[in-house]
Amino acid sequence: MKPLYIGLIYVAAAPLLGGLLAGFDRILTARMQRRVGPPILQPFYDLFKLLQKRTIVVNRLQNPYIFCHLVFMIATGFLFFEGSDILLIIFVLSLSAVFFILAAYASNSPYSFIGAERELILIMTYEPMVILSLVGIYMVTGSFNFYEIIGSGKVLIKYLPGVFAGFVYILTMKLRKSPFDLSYSHHVHQELVKGITSDFSGRTLAMIEMAHWYENIFLLGFIYIFVSFNPWIGAAIVAAIYIFEILIDNVFARVKWQYAFRMGWIVAFFLGFSNIVVLYIMGR
Amino acid sequence: MHYDGSSCNGCDIEVLACLTPMYDVERFGVINTGNPKHADILLITGSVNEQNVDIVKNLYDQMADPKVVVAVGICACSGGIFAECYNVKGGVDKVIPVDVYVQGCAARPESIIDGVVKALGVIEEKKRTMNEVKVG
Amino acid sequence: MNTLLFLVLFPLVPAFLLLIFPFQQFRAWVTRLSVATIIAGSVYAAYQFFFTSATFYSLPAHYIDKGMFVIEALIALFIVYAGIRYKKYLASILAILSFGAMAYFEFTLAHNVHIEQNVFIDRLSVIMTLIIGIIGGLICVYAIGYMKDFHHHHKEMKDKRRFFFFVLFVFLSAMFGIVFSNNIIWLFFFWEITTLASFLLIGYTKTPEAINNSFRAIIMNLLGGLAFALAIVYLAKTGGPLELDKIIAGKGAIAMIPVALLCFAGITKSAQMPFSSWLLGAMVAPTPTSALLHSSTMVKAGVYIVIRLAPVLQNTQVGNMVALVGGITFVSAAFIAVSQSNAKKLLAYSTVSNLGLIIACAGIGSEATVWAGVFLIIFHAIAKSLLFLCVGTIEHKLGSRDIENMDSLIVTMPGLTMMVIIGICGMFIAPFGMLISKWAALKAFITIPSYMSPLMILFIAYGSAVTVFFWTKWMGKITAANRPAEKTHPLQKSISGDEWISELIHALFTVAICFIFPLVSAFLVEPYISEVYGSAAGIGKSNYIIMVIMVALVILLPLIDFFFQRTLKTKQGAAYMAGRNESPNRVFDASLGMKRELSLKNYYLENIFGEKLHMRIGVITATIVILVMIGVSFI
Repeated sequence: MKPLYIGLIYVAAAPLLGGLLAGFDRILTARMQRRVGPPILQPFYDLFKLLQKRTIVVNRLQNPYIFCHLVFMIATGFLFFEGSDILLIIFVLSLSAVFFILAAYASNSPYSFIGAERELILIMTYEPMVILSLVGIYMVTGSFNFYEIIGSGKVLIKYLPGVFAGFVYILTMKLRKSPFDLSYSHHVHQELVKGITSDFSGRTLAMIEMAHWYENIFLLGFIYIFVSFNPWIGAAIVAAIYIFEILIDNVFARVKWQYAFRMGWIVAFFLGFSNIVVLYIMGR
Repeated sequence: MHYDGSSCNGCDIEVLACLTPMYDVERFGVINTGNPKHADILLITGSVNEQNVDIVKNLYDQMADPKVVVAVGICACSGGIFAECYNVKGGVDKVIPVDVYVQGCAARPESIIDGVVKALGVIEEKKRTMNEVKVG
Repeated sequence: MNTLLFLVLFPLVPAFLLLIFPFQQFRAWVTRLSVATIIAGSVYAAYQFFFTSATFYSLPAHYIDKGMFVIEALIALFIVYAGIRYKKYLASILAILSFGAMAYFEFTLAHNVHIEQNVFIDRLSVIMTLIIGIIGGLICVYAIGYMKDFHHHHKEMKDKRRFFFFVLFVFLSAMFGIVFSNNIIWLFFFWEITTLASFLLIGYTKTPEAINNSFRAIIMNLLGGLAFALAIVYLAKTGGPLELDKIIAGKGAIAMIPVALLCFAGITKSAQMPFSSWLLGAMVAPTPTSALLHSSTMVKAGVYIVIRLAPVLQNTQVGNMVALVGGITFVSAAFIAVSQSNAKKLLAYSTVSNLGLIIACAGIGSEATVWAGVFLIIFHAIAKSLLFLCVGTIEHKLGSRDIENMDSLIVTMPGLTMMVIIGICGMFIAPFGMLISKWAALKAFITIPSYMSPLMILFIAYGSAVTVFFWTKWMGKITAANRPAEKTHPLQKSISGDEWISELIHALFTVAICFIFPLVSAFLVEPYISEVYGSAAGIGKSNYIIMVIMVALVILLPLIDFFFQRTLKTKQGAAYMAGRNESPNRVFDASLGMKRELSLKNYYLENIFGEKLHMRIGVITATIVILVMIGVSFI
């Protein structure tokens, strides 16, 4: 099937998959806490409810920014599954994140302001590891294209164990799970009220939620690259990683941003960079 | 969203119990958030006094429509045993319109959840009227 | 060739006119007309040489050489005198040494040197010409309004605007000279003139701080000049070529010592570690100086020479050391920029950081990195100059350079804020310029075969992570609309027309270049690289398309949605302040019934990204690397 079609399928299907994933997440969390938990379609009910609310806006610029955030997030996933240059895609992702932060700055309540600052620190923390992972992938397969990487036949995780481990470490940050959900927790956990999303409501919040689902599917796709040698085992590993993240989320408490920042950079250096150096030496 | 007006914390603890595995209000899709802009249901415990009149009004205004108010505990409903104090204005309905009253001192988690579920029904109705107003 | 001569000599005309006559209106009109002429000349030169490969010309050199030597003697004398007068003896000593080297060359070696083709222009020169002519010219126009305001605010400073504009135009002339010179002795002459211009402009206000900083600048630049002079002497003594094109073509055959010395000169001029402090100190100068010399033009001369030498540096240890210096500077300066709240210092550190990246690209010297480096030069020159000009205007209107005081600028001065936003976006956001170059540089770094590859990747990974932080922080501060919208904007109305036009054209260029950069690549940069390396570089057609689409989206989407919003009825609410809001936002009920206004300050992370710590680390590591570079060049 042409990559373009897969990209379009992503645009259409990711909200559904992402919502189901979110529902599954909540049920698993509840069961881990010996509760019953909501029905699996709950995220969709929430989304529709949000769309039907009468949005309260603090600053008129909020909605345009969040709309751009959503559009560029969709674009990131679309370009990824359509097979464009992954390095460029990561930068589109950071563009999307910047729009989100600008929206939070625009509303200017103390909570959303601090949430925005913490989100910036989070971006600064995971950016090196993301770039190092991309570099690692390129060094092993010689390409930045999703289909070429999968089709290269190389078992990436064998060559990039450090990079993979490092990426899973910062995946916690990107999925907005404890202990690194500094700016807004995708769960109910409060974080200085609601962190970066403190001043959004109704439709705006619905757009943020959808963008988060798109991002999750994109990230899972990215992890899949590492274990794509066998589709079934690969999918199973990806699912296992996600469940592992949910476990970590429920076990750990949120850390201070200084700790998260330090650990993010140290992990990027010792796991990611050393992997790159080893690859480089082996490749000579 | 849960707001403590001037409660003795008895009802607050019972509200907290609703979130625990024992009573688990998340079965109905309800989660606790601290932000009025994200909330549909405002759960108020404790009565309204001079100090928190403005705050309750402010929080209620910051919630997005359609919204419901649930007054939990007798103090929130009518002022309870403190109704005649000089600083207590009375129940929450002195400031904002209340949709569901959950009595008790302290209100039991089962009653609270019952009240919340009733509130969900009220929201559905409000949504319907809101849409009718929009369409009609 | 006449265009080239015209561009070098014509700016001297307004220079002397403005030196002699003091009237403000006269000054304004002469500047505007001259700048228009210079821009027309640059564009014409570009048009003439657009499709041709490197073109060389000979000029009867004998008198020009002698004339240059005499002027160099006068400059040296002036610096010696200034050094003695202000008790900065190091400057005098360096000037004597540097001139001594040139005199030694002139009297003992020069008669052996016969250079036919003194003047040339190729596509890289065309790019630099356009930058110098258009950006440099626009900054001079900006200076008309700015300097008027400056002296209005600082009535205690002597009004030496005649002198200021004289130096500005002489500087433009010298920059044209640098990019058209094939003869490196002539290049050195123009180089020293830019050093002198920088010294004079930084010390313009003659406050003790300005004098100290101007001497710091001239001492570091003279050190570079001395290295340049020694390179000339070495080449002349060993019979090596003194023409730039022959040096570049002599890859592999030429000794690395003069190349290392020339790179050293480039490193000092572009304020790399450990010589960054002069650029920081130069921020005391009036804003046109900061914009012209220290972000878009003079420091570009430093990176220009290293990029010219890139083919010779490829795959050599000297090149690797140069790239290492660039990388260290890139990371250190980016870190320090996080902790700066003074807007001009932030821009200065960001400039140093980006120049570091360009030098790193040039030091590695492969086709792909040079492609990235040239584009970095173009994008950085435009965007940074725009930002400096806007910050200068903001400083005059608000009375402060501190980012914390620029709260809600979008309400008081929306037009100016839009231009600052364009400038900031141009610096770090995809799909704008700098990001394209950074992306290309990263790709290029992955493919280099030497041990530099992992190091450079490390530098870019960590360095670019922090840039998001400090730029977004600033953008957020100015776009937050805390105050109710105003109908009229009195502050904005009082900005002079010259400043507006200059900034507006800059902003348009920043946006336009993102749309047309595929054309620039196809017609100017890729041919240049093919010419010099014999093979091409680029980033692939599909990526071009994606980028152009993204630029369009980034501009259109927010606008469309914003106007669409106006038709929707959303409820305007207050921000969440735990229920204690009073008036529309910001004011809340504090304890004891008082009303307090909320103030929010950004994170600056001083204990992690402090200036002292990272300057020290940068200076020490870079000094070691430079010593290694010089040492390794002897092998």
